[in-house]
Order: sequence, then C-alpha cells, then structure tokens
Amino acid sequence: MIEARQLTKVFHDRKRGEVRAVDSVSFTCHPGRIYGLLGVNGAGKTTILRMLATLLQPTSGSARVAGIELTDNPGAVRARLGFLAASTALYGRLTARETITYFGRLHGMRPEEITRRTDTLAAELRMEDFLDRRVDRFSTGMKQKTSIARTLVHDPDVIILDEPTLGLDVLAARTIVAFVRDCRDRGKTVIYSTHIMSEVEKLCDTIAVVHGGRLLAEGSHEELKQRTGASDMEQVFLRTIGAEAVP
Amino acid sequence: MNARQVFTVYAKELTDTLRDRRTLMSMFVVPTLLIPVIFFAFGAFTTKIVRKARSETQAIMVIGGDDSPGIRAALASHPKLKIVPTTDDFRNRISEKTLRAAVEIPHGFDQAIAEGRPASVKIFTYEGELRSGLAANELDRFFRDYREKLILSKLSKRNIPRSILKPFDITRQNVAPPEKVGGNLIGGLIPCVIILLSFSGAMYPAMDLTAGEKERGTMETLLCSPVGRREIALGKFFMVLTASLATVVLSALSTAVTLGAGVVLFARDAMATVAQGAGGAARSALPAIDPTGFLLALAMVLPLAVLFSSGLIALSLFAKSYKEAQSYVSPLVIVVLLPAMLATLPGVDLNATLACVPILNVALLCKELVSGVFNWGYISLIFISTSVFAALGLILAERMFNRESVLFRS
Repeated sequence: MIEARQLTKVFHDRKRGEVRAVDSVSFTCHPGRIYGLLGVNGAGKTTILRMLATLLQPTSGSARVAGIELTDNPGAVRARLGFLAASTALYGRLTARETITYFGRLHGMRPEEITRRTDTLAAELRMEDFLDRRVDRFSTGMKQKTSIARTLVHDPDVIILDEPTLGLDVLAARTIVAFVRDCRDRGKTVIYSTHIMSEVEKLCDTIAVVHGGRLLAEGSHEELKQRTGASDMEQVFLRTIGAEAVP
Repeated sequence: MNARQVFTVYAKELTDTLRDRRTLMSMFVVPTLLIPVIFFAFGAFTTKIVRKARSETQAIMVIGGDDSPGIRAALASHPKLKIVPTTDDFRNRISEKTLRAAVEIPHGFDQAIAEGRPASVKIFTYEGELRSGLAANELDRFFRDYREKLILSKLSKRNIPRSILKPFDITRQNVAPPEKVGGNLIGGLIPCVIILLSFSGAMYPAMDLTAGEKERGTMETLLCSPVGRREIALGKFFMVLTASLATVVLSALSTAVTLGAGVVLFARDAMATVAQGAGGAARSALPAIDPTGFLLALAMVLPLAVLFSSGLIALSLFAKSYKEAQSYVSPLVIVVLLPAMLATLPGVDLNATLACVPILNVALLCKELVSGVFNWGYISLIFISTSVFAALGLILAERMFNRESVLFRS
C-alpha cells in the first residue's frame, strides 16, 4: 500500500528561482489495484514517483510505502519497492541475465533464488532468446523487458512504473500491459504513470490527473467521465486541466 | 556499512570496466605495450640518427681568409668537413639547413699568427640543430688543436717546456654511489611518471562510473536499489582505485623490463661515448636506482591513488555528462604534474612543511627513495598526511552521493 500525504517538492533554480514541482499531493494506492497518474510531460509525475522511491526527499509532507515511512528508513522502502522509470537505464556491457543477477544480489537474494526468479521472469516476459546477450545490442522492447525483470527480481509488494511502454511497438507494449495486469491480479500495489490516455482507461482502477505539480482529480475512469461530462479520457484530461471548457 | 553490498557493486563495476575499451586502453594497453614500443622506437630512432649524422661529412663555408692560405689548407684537409664555395647568404643557408656551419677568418689571419698578434675567428651555427652542432664542434676542436700546435711550436723554438702551460692537473672524482647518481639524474622523473600514471589510470573509470552513468541513466537505476549511498560510493571508489594501481604496477613492470633492455641496447652505448670523451671515467659511474627505494616509492602511490580516486569521483560526479566531466578533469593533469615537476628543481628538498603538501611530498620522497635515502620520520609523516587528504577525498565523494542536487543535476 502507498499513502502520500501533502507531498511537496520545491527546487531552487538559479534562473527561475523557487520551482514548486509537486504541490501538496495526497493519494492512497491499495494492494491488488493499479493507480494511474495521468499528466503531460513536466506535470510533476516523475518527481512524485522519485520521492516515493526515496530518490528525492520531500520538501514537506510525507508518505508510507508498504507501511514504512519514507524518511525513517529509505533503504527498507527501496527493498520493498520496484521502481522503473524512463530515466532508469541498463548497463550496456552486461547481459540481461547479469543485470537481473546484479540487482538480485543488491537485494540480498541467494544465488539459487536469483536463478529461479530470473527463469520465471524470463518466461513471463518472453525473454529466453536474449537473456544471455549484451544489453547494448537490444531493441527498445528487449531493453524494457529486461528493465522490468530487474525491477521485479525481488518480487516487491509495491511496483512503480513510470511510462513503461514509452517508445515500444504494439507487440512489446501489449506484453508489458498484460504483465502489469498480472501483477495486480497477484495482489501487488501498482502505480502506473503515463500520458497515454487509452492505456490508462484500459489498465487503471483509479486515475489521478496531475497538472502543474498538483493533483486535480481522482477516481475511476467512469467517475471522472461523469464528473466532467466527457465521452473519453482525452476529454476528461483536457477538461480537468482547464484546456477545454466543461459544458 | 554493508561490506557484501560494497563487494557486489565493486565486482559489477570491475566486470563492466573490463569490457570497456577506453578504460582497457588507459589501464593495460598504454602502460604495458605503448610505453615500451615508444621507448624502443624512440631509442632506436635517436641512436640511428645520431650515428648517421656522426658518420657524415658536414658542409661548411669559409668566409674570408683569402690572404691566409695556411689556415685554409689546414681546414680543407679536415676529413669530416667539406668546404663549399662561399656565398653571401650563408646565414640563410644555415637556417634552411642546406649548410651546417660557417667560419669567418679575419683579414691577415696567417700573418697575425706569425707575428704573434691577437686574431679572432667566428663560427656561425644553428643552435640546437644536430648536424649544425656537430659541424660547429668539429670547427671548434680544429681551431683549438691548431692553436695548441702553434703554442707548442713557439715554446719549442724558445726551448720552454710544455709543462709551463699546465703546471698542475685538475681531476674530478664521483664519490656518490651509482644509485645516488641515478636518484639525482632520474629520481625526479620517476615520481612524475608514477603520479601521472596513477592519475590517468583513475581518470577514465572515475568519469565513466559517475558522470558517464548519470548520462546513460544507469545511476538512477542503481540508486533505486536498496543499496546505501555509502556502499555505492565505496564500491565505485575501490574500482577506480584498482584501475589506478593496476596502471601504475603494470607500468612499473613494463618500464623495469624496458629500461633493463634499453640500458643494454642504447644507454650504455651512449654512456660509453660520453666516457670516451671524458677519458673513460664515466663508464664506472652508470646511474642506477635503489630497488628497495623504488618499491617503497611504489608503496607511496597507495595513499596517492586513494586521494586521486576519491577526488576524481567527487569531481566527476558533479558533472552532468562524461564530456562535462572531461572538461573538469583534463586540466587537472597539469595541476597534478606541477608539484611533481617542482620536486625536480634543484634546491627543493624535503622538509617537515613540504611533507604535508599533497603530491609534492610524495614526489620529493620518491626522489629520495630511489637514491637510497630512507628518512623514516618523513616517510611516516607523508604517509599519514597523504592518507588524511585521501580520507577527506573519500568523505567528500560519499557526501556527493548523498546530494540530490548533484545526482539529479539537469
């Protein structure tokens, strides 16, 4: 479970001065559900997720991930969390198996556990053909599958995925969407951040619209459509952020 | 601190680094292959050029002296000099290397010599040019011999013994053992090379494992694992340290083999030539370096490599990209070399104050060590002071890993 309370992040920029990237954002994600963060580039989604992954410290506010307060024990939070972002790349000179093994070791897993888990993930993500090849020769889809495998090697309770289908072809994106759905069905808490409206509609149980660092609306896609009188998610989004008038 | 996690990070960095061509070049190929190849190629090339130049007859021009057939005839009979017809543009021709040297003989030279009047000859040369230098030396030697013969002939005519010109002899004898001579001659060069190698060995992995990882996005991947920032900093630091030490050790081995072979092939030959000129005395004083001192100098590299590794990690981590890290780190090569070069200056000797100046202290100590001088007080002081600076560098590197403004600088 993830509980964020009044999360705020302020950056100090020499040119722009004080930048409020995330402003008093509160939400709760439950196990067995996918919580979607919908927003344009620069809306503050990645900053929220980086705070939850303990990569950035909140300026104010707090959050609990899997029952642990972020600032109390960041290492323990990361041990129960799988974080994948567009900015988390892979080591090009390692093979997919070496990458998964490395992160398994960093999570303190035993060698036999790592081997078992690698085989399971490789089968679920259809990675067997390229498991022992070097990452720098991979296609975008192969890289993303490897990234997901390294994110989930320790079978975390909480999974944070930031734009996981970005730049992927239809087939690779479909495999990943199916895999995320499978994670939900196994009782994981999933946060799914994207700017692809159709993906949110198909996948997320709860959707939060983030814009200008603030959480503007939250609910299921049906609730949001009703609230805004929109016919699709794109309209929901545009009306929520004020780019289109609500009738 | 979790030592297992430090080792996991280190082992992965080692695997990754050993697969990186750039680092392999700076760590293995340059020190083990390139240095001997350059040394031998340079040695063989220089020896060949000098030998060839010495065997050649140098073209010279005689300016004036038409009324002095004696000196002109003597010059013409010199086996290593070839007199070419006189022209007015001899200065340009020397500069353009079509003429090696020229000698100006004053009007009435032969007559002045015969009458015992003072006369002066002038040699024109291209300073620093090998063949011009050889020609000028030959001319100089010729005129000195000519002058001596004249003096001896005049003394003989007046029945004055030769010893009047040389009432006593002056001889000089080296009492310093060969390793001290070696220490003085090349002792300053060794720390320069060691310091430069230690720095360059650490440079590329430090930039790649910090700024390079930030640029490629793998740093964030690592940071979202449960491993602590201290463990990450230490794992990466040990990798950079390994690269720095490996570069120095491999270079030392390669240099020792190269120098051993080089002394046999080139240096002894050159020294023998010098010895012939100096009456054979120099052959016994071939410079050497103290082997224990050389090993101790290598041991002093350890705290220095720790200092370089931690400092380079801290500095490179601040950069957003590999290219930016290069712009910070590359000028440091000069900053690092300056104190090492300062140590080679005459009169700069180790004292308690200089023993606390990083890099300069190790450079000065290495110079003493390879000469066989072991001042244990200074050795301890330098080891401690360098270790303190190295520890500060390590603390700074770890702090940088805890600053989100550094890790997520954009």
